[in-house]
Amino acid sequence: MLKGTFCAVLELIRAAGHRMNNALQTLGFATRFFFQILLYSGQSFRRFHLTIREIYFCGFQSLLIIVVSGLFIGMVLGMQGYETLQRYGSSEALGVLVALSLTRELGPVVSALLFASRAGSSITAEIGLMKATEQLTAMDMMAVNPIARVVAPRFWGGVISMPLLAALFSAVGVFGGYLIGVVLIGVDEGAFWSQMQGGVDFRFDIWNGIVKSFVFGTAVSVIAVFEGYDAVPTAEGVSGSIKRTVVYSALAILALDLVLTSFMFRGV
Amino acid sequence: MPADCLVKITDVNFAYDDRSILKGINMEIPRGKLVAIMGNSGCGKTTLLRLIGGQLKPTSGELLVDGQSVPRMTHDELYAMRRRMGMLFQFGALFTDISVYDNVAYLMREHTDLPEELIRDMVLMKLNAVGLRGAHHLMPAELSGGMARRVALARAIALDPMLIMYDEPFAGLDPISMGVIGQLIRKLNDALGATTLLVTHDVQEALLIVDYVYFVSDGQIVAQGTPDEIRASSDPFVHQFVFGEADGPVHFHYPAVPFEQELMREVAGA
Repeated sequence: MLKGTFCAVLELIRAAGHRMNNALQTLGFATRFFFQILLYSGQSFRRFHLTIREIYFCGFQSLLIIVVSGLFIGMVLGMQGYETLQRYGSSEALGVLVALSLTRELGPVVSALLFASRAGSSITAEIGLMKATEQLTAMDMMAVNPIARVVAPRFWGGVISMPLLAALFSAVGVFGGYLIGVVLIGVDEGAFWSQMQGGVDFRFDIWNGIVKSFVFGTAVSVIAVFEGYDAVPTAEGVSGSIKRTVVYSALAILALDLVLTSFMFRGV
Repeated sequence: MPADCLVKITDVNFAYDDRSILKGINMEIPRGKLVAIMGNSGCGKTTLLRLIGGQLKPTSGELLVDGQSVPRMTHDELYAMRRRMGMLFQFGALFTDISVYDNVAYLMREHTDLPEELIRDMVLMKLNAVGLRGAHHLMPAELSGGMARRVALARAIALDPMLIMYDEPFAGLDPISMGVIGQLIRKLNDALGATTLLVTHDVQEALLIVDYVYFVSDGQIVAQGTPDEIRASSDPFVHQFVFGEADGPVHFHYPAVPFEQELMREVAGA
């Protein structure tokens, strides 16, 4: 009985060690892969049309979901913000509340989550299927480096697109807040815009939001390309990689947001 | 190495972890010849191609291509050698997001600074050689299996390589497409003055076009010779392989405990 329990505990420790070992190995491989992307990024900029193409696929084609989501979130913020602010008689501060919420947090975070689901998953699927159909091997056999030709342009396409999408998300969100607050509810238009102008600092609020979205874009892009490149070359393997891209990206975005916020806005 | 030998493999062993795939392979591929490597599925044929292409490194032994040791090459040297190689993958491995024309033009655009007009002429010449000039505007998804294989063939010879490697070029093709691909492989080898290595298990088709055959079984070369020697061979493995017999040196059954014992175990387990 005692021996059985001891063996079960040992087995549990062994399994935990094995999982930890695998996780560390994958992390090490991913880090090395990230540096390889940076090393072979020259082609992405020398032949910038490759990167432009990826900006089109992952950035431009994500516009619809980003704009519509930004509009709805801005409208909801307008409604909820007005409902809370009017209790304290400060409904004119609605503009600043909407703008700060969007530029500091919701813009970068929600657009990054949407980007991970829309563009990150499709990047993983594309690279994973290229691997499964031996296209990456064929490229390598043709003396064309797949990291330089396929991975790096997609990575930079994501990194460049993300801040632009987040900025657009915030801008459309502010417009959504305006529609609800000013047009529908009737908050004073002058107060809405002037309080926003006075309460939002470019360097502190907007710039920090851009930095956040750049970091999220880098994280999502590197996870997406890594999961595609590391996919087991079968239908099940590619599907698992897509799932991991969405899950890991979401967790990375939220964890990084906590870290970045604690550095950027501490003591305020 | 004799000057007329493009690929020389000496005592090459290869293993994945502790699973041995190739055991003491010795092989010479003379320049200008079309050599086939045949064997049953999983015998290590494709691994051999990957070793020659430098995608894998042998556990031990020497592997020379054009006098250079492939396992000792740096990344840049390996890529320089691969520019002089063409490879046709089992299912073509065409780039699915670009057209037939762009697939064939891919290497020319990547590795040369040729003007687009010249690339156009060269692409159309290559496609004409495989009979698909009229299909240059199609996407890979619109091609039949045989057509895709021919496009992949045109892509493999895009830069007139010194060594062309084919991995199961006949797999999954109808008899007409098989014959077409077989004849193309032979004609292109002779017209380009290239050396060809053909990995296949389609014996009858391959024996019609090749100059020399190596038979691989369980990671070892078990027979070799010209097509006539192979047809006349009394070696049990070659005989079984050439005439497609179900049982022989290559067993029908995967290794297992005796069937009676297995059945009794099932009963005991139930």
